[in-house]
Amino acid sequence: MLRFFASRLVQSLLAMFVIITATFFMLRFVPGGPFTAEKAVTPEILRNLEAHYGLDQPLWKQYLDYLGSLLRGDFGPSFKYPNRTVNEILADKLPVSLELGVLSLVAALLIGLPLGTIAAVRRNTWMDYTGSSIGMVGISVPTFVVGPLLVLVFGIHLRWFNASGWYSFEDRFLPCLVLGIAYAAPISRLTRGGMLEVLNQDFIRTARAKGASEIRIVFKHALRGGLLPVVSFLGPAIAGILTGSFVIETIFQIPGLGREFVNSAFNRDYTLVLGTVILYAGLIMSLNLAADLTQAWMNPKVRLEG
Amino acid sequence: MATLAPSAPSAPPAPVFTDAERGNSLWHDAWLRLCKNRPAVFGAATLLVVGFACFIGPLFSPYGYEQQDLDLGASPPSGIHWLGTDTLGRDLLVRLLYGGRVSLGVGLAATVVALTIGVVYGAVAGYFGKTVDAVMMRVVDIMYSLPFTIFVILLMVFFGRNIILLFVAIGAVEWLTMARIVRGQVMSVKRMEFVEAARSLGFGRRRLIFRHILPNILGPIIVYTTLTIPGVMLLEAFLSFLGLGVQPPMSSWGGLIKDGSEKMEEFPWLLIYPGTVFSLTLFSLNFLGDGLRDALDVRSSKD
Repeated sequence: MLRFFASRLVQSLLAMFVIITATFFMLRFVPGGPFTAEKAVTPEILRNLEAHYGLDQPLWKQYLDYLGSLLRGDFGPSFKYPNRTVNEILADKLPVSLELGVLSLVAALLIGLPLGTIAAVRRNTWMDYTGSSIGMVGISVPTFVVGPLLVLVFGIHLRWFNASGWYSFEDRFLPCLVLGIAYAAPISRLTRGGMLEVLNQDFIRTARAKGASEIRIVFKHALRGGLLPVVSFLGPAIAGILTGSFVIETIFQIPGLGREFVNSAFNRDYTLVLGTVILYAGLIMSLNLAADLTQAWMNPKVRLEG
Repeated sequence: MATLAPSAPSAPPAPVFTDAERGNSLWHDAWLRLCKNRPAVFGAATLLVVGFACFIGPLFSPYGYEQQDLDLGASPPSGIHWLGTDTLGRDLLVRLLYGGRVSLGVGLAATVVALTIGVVYGAVAGYFGKTVDAVMMRVVDIMYSLPFTIFVILLMVFFGRNIILLFVAIGAVEWLTMARIVRGQVMSVKRMEFVEAARSLGFGRRRLIFRHILPNILGPIIVYTTLTIPGVMLLEAFLSFLGLGVQPPMSSWGGLIKDGSEKMEEFPWLLIYPGTVFSLTLFSLNFLGDGLRDALDVRSSKD
């Protein structure tokens, strides 16, 4: 288990380093800089600005300086918000996106797990078919169609919720539901598949023969094995939810990190883009790592193959 | 079974085949199974209709995709403009059909990119095995954990919204799963006798891989190609929705949905029609992919 963890950790750190380096150099080689959009900047002012942010240094030195400050946990100053550091902006926006992500994941699990379990237990009945059809809708109708439609119906016509914003608790409902539905569909499919496989095995028949109740069989015996495929999907799902929030934050005008990221890319705010990419990558990779570990803990086969 | 037990040992009768005996190849069986799968047939039919409409429909239309009808700006569906017009007075149906060309075109082109990279990469890793395989698949593992969507967004922002770049970028993201699947399949097929036979005839590696191994794993490749297309189209629409896709006055379905969602309060048809057509197409592709999976009896390694 320790070896498994160590090899995955090294792999993640390596990937992290590749991401930081690739993004850093990509940003420096793209046409246009953070100060080209500003009107009426004389060459002198431009030179001063570049000197102030260290952009006049040789590239390799800028790179090493950046890595150095990263190790100290400093993402540097923002180019577009002169009074703020990237750390402040990230600390400001990240909690919003995290809340959106966590609530969406909870919504996805709350919808997906029961649907999938019921579909497996009542296989080939109308319940199974209804569940599968709903799942197909969830997979095929994109969030940026569902989102605006729900806003149109519940926000604008029925006025049950605010059409946009992120203030009260009710404001959380629609965005998290929309993002949750998208991931509930694959979760319910995987749950159904996993449960079906487990329910056909001998130990379940043994449990039945012992006279265990159906509820006990499902919850006590089958669920642990049946959920394995879902656990391995959680890593990609979380990554998807985090990037999916770009669109959700745009639709519902939520002041989160996703919207900030797209804006900062348009503004060529190098340090903010870099900081956001590193943060996202770090988050996604540690969550992937956590998902891998959980899977290994639940299924000895995986951890032995390491 | 008549031909198996001829009554007289001399002069065997000319073989008379019943329906059950005639050329039941794997592909023929799969085709029959597919035809029985109603959602899959529905999906295939819908795709044909949508595809034909998008590529041929605009030829019969009296309007161009940027032609404005200023008397009828943002008018609801009517006899003149079947699906209404947008706020600039452009015919929505025509824009939808042209947008479909872009969306379907990007979907297909990017899938071809993903297919080519994935199949070659997976086949090489699977065929050579050992260290080559270990290194190549570790690279895939690492790339799986990278937040690629973020990179595609950066690419699109910095290098202009170039349509070629768009499908190269998307294709470069979507090949990973294909590579994993092909690799697994090649690993199991390469030990079979017919490959051994071909090798003993002195055929080179390239011929072994491309002429003998790959044709035998065509089933999984077809299934995952079909299932990759909706993923690719979704990613393209996602980018267009963020304003990073094809640029105006041209538009893809994602771009139309974006425009529609901004104006849905007053002009809901601008959101509803593009959203419906796009979702219906994704639906059909997923149904067809699932149907193919069942018909070709592909057991996926993932679910």
